[in-house]
Amino acid sequence: MSPHPASENSGIWKLIFGRLDWSSLPLHEPIVVGTFVMVALGGAVVLGLITKYRLWGMLWRDWFTTVDHKRIGIMYMVLGLIMFLRGFADAIMMRLQQAMAFNGSEGYLNSHHYDQIFTAHGVIMIFFVAMPMITGIMNYIVPLQIGARDVSFPFLNNFSFWMTTAGAIIVMMSLFVGEFARTGWLAYPPLSGIAYSPGVGVDYYIWGLQIAGIGTLLSGVNLIATIVKMRAPGMTMMKLPIFTWTSLCANILIVAAFPVLTAVLALLSLDRYVGTAFFTNDMGGNPMMYVNLIWIWGHPEVYILILPLFGVFSEVTSTFSSKRLFGYSSMVYATIVIALLSYLVWLHHFFTMGSGASVNSFFGITTMVISIPTGAKLFNWLFTMYRGRIRYELPMMWTVAFMLTFTVGGMTGVLLAVPPADFVLHNSLFLIAHFHNVIIGGVLFGLFAAINYWWPKAFGFRLETTWGKRSFWLWVVGFWVAFMPLYVLGLMGVTRRMRVFDDPSLQIWFQIAALGAVMIAGGIACMLIQFAVSIKNRDQLRDTTGDPWDGRTLEWATSSPPPDYNFAFTPVIHDGDAWADMKKRGYERPLTGYAPIHMPSNTGTGIIIAGLSVAFSVGMIWYMWWLAGLSFVAILAVAIGHTFNYKRDFTIPKDVVERTEGERSALLATQG
Amino acid sequence: MSAHDHGHDHDHGSGSHGTMGSYMIGFGLSVLLTAIPFWLVMNQTFANPQVTAFVIMGFAMVQIIVHMIYFLHMNTRSEGGWSMMALLFTLVLVVITLSGSMWVMYHLNNNMMPHMEHDMSQMP
Amino acid sequence: MATRSAIDPAFLDNDGNPLFHLGEDPHHPEGSSTALGFWIYLMSDCLIFACLFAIYAVLGGNYAAGPGPRDLFDLNLVALNTAMLLFSSITYGFAMLAMEKDKVGATQAWLAITGLFGLAFLSIELYEFAHLIHEGATPQRSGFLSAFFALVGTHGLHVTFGIIWLVTLMVQVGQKGLIAANQRRLMCLSMFWHFLDVIWIGVFTFVYLMGMLR
Repeated sequence: MSPHPASENSGIWKLIFGRLDWSSLPLHEPIVVGTFVMVALGGAVVLGLITKYRLWGMLWRDWFTTVDHKRIGIMYMVLGLIMFLRGFADAIMMRLQQAMAFNGSEGYLNSHHYDQIFTAHGVIMIFFVAMPMITGIMNYIVPLQIGARDVSFPFLNNFSFWMTTAGAIIVMMSLFVGEFARTGWLAYPPLSGIAYSPGVGVDYYIWGLQIAGIGTLLSGVNLIATIVKMRAPGMTMMKLPIFTWTSLCANILIVAAFPVLTAVLALLSLDRYVGTAFFTNDMGGNPMMYVNLIWIWGHPEVYILILPLFGVFSEVTSTFSSKRLFGYSSMVYATIVIALLSYLVWLHHFFTMGSGASVNSFFGITTMVISIPTGAKLFNWLFTMYRGRIRYELPMMWTVAFMLTFTVGGMTGVLLAVPPADFVLHNSLFLIAHFHNVIIGGVLFGLFAAINYWWPKAFGFRLETTWGKRSFWLWVVGFWVAFMPLYVLGLMGVTRRMRVFDDPSLQIWFQIAALGAVMIAGGIACMLIQFAVSIKNRDQLRDTTGDPWDGRTLEWATSSPPPDYNFAFTPVIHDGDAWADMKKRGYERPLTGYAPIHMPSNTGTGIIIAGLSVAFSVGMIWYMWWLAGLSFVAILAVAIGHTFNYKRDFTIPKDVVERTEGERSALLATQG
Repeated sequence: MSAHDHGHDHDHGSGSHGTMGSYMIGFGLSVLLTAIPFWLVMNQTFANPQVTAFVIMGFAMVQIIVHMIYFLHMNTRSEGGWSMMALLFTLVLVVITLSGSMWVMYHLNNNMMPHMEHDMSQMP
Repeated sequence: MATRSAIDPAFLDNDGNPLFHLGEDPHHPEGSSTALGFWIYLMSDCLIFACLFAIYAVLGGNYAAGPGPRDLFDLNLVALNTAMLLFSSITYGFAMLAMEKDKVGATQAWLAITGLFGLAFLSIELYEFAHLIHEGATPQRSGFLSAFFALVGTHGLHVTFGIIWLVTLMVQVGQKGLIAANQRRLMCLSMFWHFLDVIWIGVFTFVYLMGMLR
């Protein structure tokens, strides 16, 4: 909490603990204390079980230090899922508060807590749910789709994952020690400046995002290099699977956009820590420059999120319609055009800030233009389905739900792109409904499609469908029930981030929205049950072929789950739908002639540097300068020390490859 | 720090590193292209500072290209054209970021703080 | 697109049937992605500088009734500084040429000279900063000075990291000689070093020279 009693915070205590003291623990917030007790108990149980079953060694060797893109991909998904539960808890708390706080009732959340919740919800959902999950899927699938053994820089991949996790840990820490930002998810100054946010909340925000941002940027560099340099022979750019294409564009956007976020947050921290005048109201600073710069990152960011999922939908539509994707090259060009245009629209997030008619009309028009390639994609999917033999498995169901939902969200987006309309709707619940419409309908539904589609590849058994369908219907119906009322409320002029309301006639809409949120909670529960039931019944759901959906791209050519080295022989590609082409031409899996395979070795450097980064951030957030300084020096030392290790790979001997492939042959033979 | 990982190798990096001649040409050119703008500004050769500004900006652009060619060995062939493409894409984004920010912020300042339009230098 | 593409004759076997894998691994040699990967990282770094330039362009005239560039900048000092960086660039080039000829001693010597020029650059910059702060032109004084210190300081920080990296590499070359991995690392640092030079062209032109014209 912000102001501390001076007596407690003096002398040696201050030197060691900075501004941390007992009042920093939110002991007066029963909700937070309850959460802490539950998290602590749950954590203790998990740690206890790991210790009891002596899993620490296995976890460290096989997972924490791994450089295998597949394992790292799965760890990203686990991180995203855990953070999703936290982000959703925030969401349902907000919905409940807004449904209750009428007729003089204050609801159950005080403003201090409520403001943290809406900030944390946005930050967590974007940075620590959507980003890890798309990175996880790209990490897992891209090397398989291009017939590679791993990514270009395997150690960097491990390091990126741990930096993202470190950022998530920093944000989660703020729940129990101190506070989180109360500024909204983009922390606009002057509110986020030291004068109006003197506490640690904004510092938690800054360091969480900076540390995670390093991971995101490096994983972007890594995946671009992988796609450009590691493609199988014969795979020209126009034979690249469409998911890999969209991943390439998304990663280019990551590398091009995240530096802007890094720079602007660094300048905000200079304002807060050393009192510079970048975004202040006085001394020649300009807070509007922060808004301008952060949206130069922020708009490409939403396309970073959606583009890979466009790729997922393309793969799913084509596979489950048993047809080649309609308009492959138009899909590729649409993706590239969207990626370029996403840099020319940032001002539509602040039309109302007063840049005038000429500027607003330029950015309004560019925004509307983006809907053209997006629309082209939608028609490509529809034409792919047209006259296809469509199998309504779960991934396809999510894809159809996406097409219906996302289109509505896209159209309200075009509406908001009209500057005069935006002057009415800016910062209203209409905007909230719009972006949840595209992010849930596009990104989340896409992730669910991807999880259901590629789960058998990752784990060797399919996800069970009964609970999957329950989850699907609860999610889709719940989404519409939760967000349509917000469109109505937004049109009536209700602004976002409100804690209490005066007009009792609005309450019914918030109650409907809360009902929708409860349905979504049911959808999430069903999804967790789906995972549990599938793991329990994995023997019945086993995928022995490696190709459960009659897939079309290379990841289905290898076993499920793939061996460490992905492919015993590097495949040669003759066609865009490489695996469909191989099946058609009567490809026979080679049974002899294996050779030893060169692979990168595991390293603990990534997790160590990430751990030190958390320590560094804690030092910076709480003004424990000794800790920050020490950790920084330690980070440098470990990084430099790592470069002195030249022996970074090992060879999988020929007989191991033979044994692994032999096991697969036996498995393939069982299903006759 | 971490971008240059990876130990072992069997091949010799990539591309050319230039020759003594090309480095010397590049160095000579960049000395000239640095010295002239400094001289132009320090001696106030042109009466109109705007002319000087445009001229030195021209020199800067030429010098950046010289460095790209002679020191960074940029060409359209290295890495199958990908490094050139990355560079051009980045340049486009740099131009968008710079000119876009200046355009947007100029109008914002004009509309929202009209009384201090020409006098930001004196505002506390 | 929709049509079946013809098969590249390189990927047919002796009977004219398509190959689905090569007998010999094509083997993406390790480190073959390093140059491109590092270049992409440099491009992202370039965008950080673009933001700092944008901040300077927008805030550069906001003196908050404090000193402006004409009151503060000493072009002689900047010219000297620029010369240091230019010399370090060409000496790094010589180090690369020596490396190509496999001359460990010459490479190390030129690297050391490069590092000394880099240190000279940093010292002059620190002297300039100290001088400005002494005169009251601190980063807190105005938007202009905040932007100035952020831009020039970030460049200086990059040079600092470049020197740390350079020393590390000298130790490694000393230990292992000019093996392929070290050659690749020297090449990356070469790109980094010349890239900082390119950024400096922008700094001395837009900040110092154009500042004197205002």
